[in-house]
Amino acid sequence: MFAPRLPRLGTRAAWRDAARRLVHVAPSEVDWGWPDAPSPLFDTPLPPPSDLTVPKVFTDLTRLLCAERTGRGFALAHALLHRLQGTRGLLSHRADPDVAAAERIAKDIRRDLHKMHAFVRFREAGDQTDRRRFVAWFEPTHRIEEAVADFFVNRFGDMDWTIVTPEVTTAYVGGQLSQRAVSATRPEDGDPLEELWTTYYSNIFNPARLKVDAMTAEMPKKYWRNLPEARVIPSLIAGARAQVTVMQAATPNPARPVLEKQAAPDAHPAPDGTLDATRAAAASCTACPLHGQATQTVFGEGPQDARIMIVGEQPGDREDLAGRPFVGPAGQLFDEVAARAGLDRGQFYVTNAVKHFKFVARGKRRIHQRPGLSEIRACKPWLNQEIALLDPQVIVAMGATALHAVTGSGKGITSRRGHLEQTRDGRAVFVTFHPSYLLRLPDAGHRLEQTELFVQDLTKVRQMLN
Amino acid sequence: MGKMTIQDKLALLSDAAKYDASCASSGTSKRGSRDGKGLGSTTGSGICHAYAPDGRCISLLKILMTNYCVYDCAYCVNRVSSNVPRARFTVEEVVWLTSEFYRRNYIEGLFLSSGIIKSSDYTMEEMVRIAEKLREGGFRGYIHLKTIPEASPELIERAGLVADRLSINIELPTDASVKAYAPEKDPAGIRQAMGKVRLTKEDYGERSFTGRRRGKFAPAGQSTQMIVGADDANDATILGNSTRLYGSYGLKRVYYSAFSPIPDSSAVLPLVDPPLMREHRLYQADWLLRFYDFSLDEIVTRDDGGMLDLDVDPKLAWALANRERFPVDVNRAEKALLLRVPGFGTKIVDRILKARRSGAVGLEDIRRMGGRVKAARPFIVTRDHHPGGTLDQEDLRARFVKPKQMELF
Repeated sequence: MFAPRLPRLGTRAAWRDAARRLVHVAPSEVDWGWPDAPSPLFDTPLPPPSDLTVPKVFTDLTRLLCAERTGRGFALAHALLHRLQGTRGLLSHRADPDVAAAERIAKDIRRDLHKMHAFVRFREAGDQTDRRRFVAWFEPTHRIEEAVADFFVNRFGDMDWTIVTPEVTTAYVGGQLSQRAVSATRPEDGDPLEELWTTYYSNIFNPARLKVDAMTAEMPKKYWRNLPEARVIPSLIAGARAQVTVMQAATPNPARPVLEKQAAPDAHPAPDGTLDATRAAAASCTACPLHGQATQTVFGEGPQDARIMIVGEQPGDREDLAGRPFVGPAGQLFDEVAARAGLDRGQFYVTNAVKHFKFVARGKRRIHQRPGLSEIRACKPWLNQEIALLDPQVIVAMGATALHAVTGSGKGITSRRGHLEQTRDGRAVFVTFHPSYLLRLPDAGHRLEQTELFVQDLTKVRQMLN
Repeated sequence: MGKMTIQDKLALLSDAAKYDASCASSGTSKRGSRDGKGLGSTTGSGICHAYAPDGRCISLLKILMTNYCVYDCAYCVNRVSSNVPRARFTVEEVVWLTSEFYRRNYIEGLFLSSGIIKSSDYTMEEMVRIAEKLREGGFRGYIHLKTIPEASPELIERAGLVADRLSINIELPTDASVKAYAPEKDPAGIRQAMGKVRLTKEDYGERSFTGRRRGKFAPAGQSTQMIVGADDANDATILGNSTRLYGSYGLKRVYYSAFSPIPDSSAVLPLVDPPLMREHRLYQADWLLRFYDFSLDEIVTRDDGGMLDLDVDPKLAWALANRERFPVDVNRAEKALLLRVPGFGTKIVDRILKARRSGAVGLEDIRRMGGRVKAARPFIVTRDHHPGGTLDQEDLRARFVKPKQMELF
């Protein structure tokens, strides 16, 4: 029988040393324990250590298991190490009884660590040095003082602090951490800030949502005696119902009527002759349901004296967020192609047939939806006003939706593209594809071909100006 | 009224802040102060430093800078027409409270919100100044700033450079309700502000030509909150709206806050107990939509008037309504199907997928891996279990419904 006894501090290093010596010994042959465990009758000296490698997950797991209060964690960690020599990937078998037991303990320890991170309460202990000094008393369930220390070092780097537990005193002074295994008892002193903290605790509580079980599940009573705020819990619970009753019984305050009916704004106010005024009016358009989902109306933009008016389908994701047309991927492609055709974005007025983004949300994305006829119709008055106010020499309709909006029919765009048509009132309309069509083409060769056609189309538009 | 002490102010301004549900302090950039030159650190999942008797986590110092407000939102305790006493913290007071609480390990950081005083820009700038002052003083804990939608883009940018999280509340599930109950608020303006935050965050995330990033903008992202039960919007409307919000603005969370009685309430809103179970079911449904690949029309159907079942959780409700999809063979089914089994969370499903590679899985294995066998049992086949006719039983639903407590008569 081997009976390694591991020290209260430096526990994990000692376990590791012993485990390397005992890796090939059957777990039933080893009696692991803390120093205070009774020694067995026969205590054989440990064999020499073996060299071995273990997966990182196992190293992490032993850090937790070695903090287990009864010493059972040592034995389980050893059993796993012993079996790991024959079974690769043992730790991913979560249904294996040893693995499941180890994970259960690890979960307990993790919870204990987490509760210590959460429930330690520092009290100021006077300022003898240039660094402020704080002291805390805490009673962890397991022997986690070594595993937990780094959290406090990383969090309270600019102050000196001491955390005292019944078995270990951890001190961080002038940036140096030290731990001593000494027994201690609970101090009685408080901190003046505790009153403010308790004030906060009492007032952030909503008496109308009393759920005591949910509180005690996360903050079990065993922690209460070291939490200054916990002193008011009984009175908060006792007074909760009464507080709500008072609120409900009080005569509601006759606030100024909030439901005043406002005259519904005219969906398409008559233009006062400027694009800016029309743009401002369009910002609050509710003529179709799209306004309730989209971020904002994306109105056209460009110089007032532009001779070319570009009409696209509708704003996309980027345009919707930025509130400006043609700033997304399709807009960038358009700019590139226009440049190759000898045109510059500064020469156009760009707008869309529909001025709100239509989409369906899928997870973290918005999937573009083609606008319906009713939406094109609802938005038509805005487009008409833009055309009337700008009076362009040529309108470039990109894609079927724009073509429909401008000419009344979007059918057969493949045969119509590259040609000049007319609006009902006789304005010149040049037909071409929407640049997003190019972005969607999966075949690179085809895309190149179509992009060339697009360049040719825009070149024709430029030539029309001369 | 005499001069208010900081304690009086704290009482008023935390009481006024309690209706904001969020207290998260998770998912921000990793920071620490082991260099001795500052105070604070962040952890991956955040820490709840205390729990109030309402069962809610207290992670942050959640306060209003002031509860003076020029708005008159019917659901809000701080609306201009309410007679609650008013107070205002100075910048220095908030900085002092936050760091002194933090030093004593009471909190993870600050969640600062405010009523609107003077103007949106004035209010936002005061809030930003508090956060900036904390950072200048070496504070490395968590900061959540409630953003005022009408504030200028420059202020929102400054806010995101010092805060971990920004949030703008959508307030109510529909534009019509916002207009009715919060007449000064503009739902489109709120969406525009959320869009601005997303774009700014993306700009900061892009590398410049030197391969450097410009800095960290709101590393814990943005969130929002809507009040449930103050208007008559159904669950389908609420969840539809949050689906759009998640998709549009890259939100980390949409919080649902059951409308709860407030002191000095307005006559236009019901003063009933908050619909806590409904709120809970909404969160469960929200999770199914985001992490379990459910679609909205699977979770809320027209048959139920667009409302979630209050008696059983939405996943179980779906399974009960779609029994022909079960039983699922735990040892063969693909991941998507396993995720639909009541009682199996994403972690359990991953563990099952790993474990079944080295041998058939049984009920006890599932229990050891942490699955809720009682809930899953009628819906699964394992090497040692078949539900037989359980799935066809009329009273299957009744087995999962907790009996209502009898009223004393």
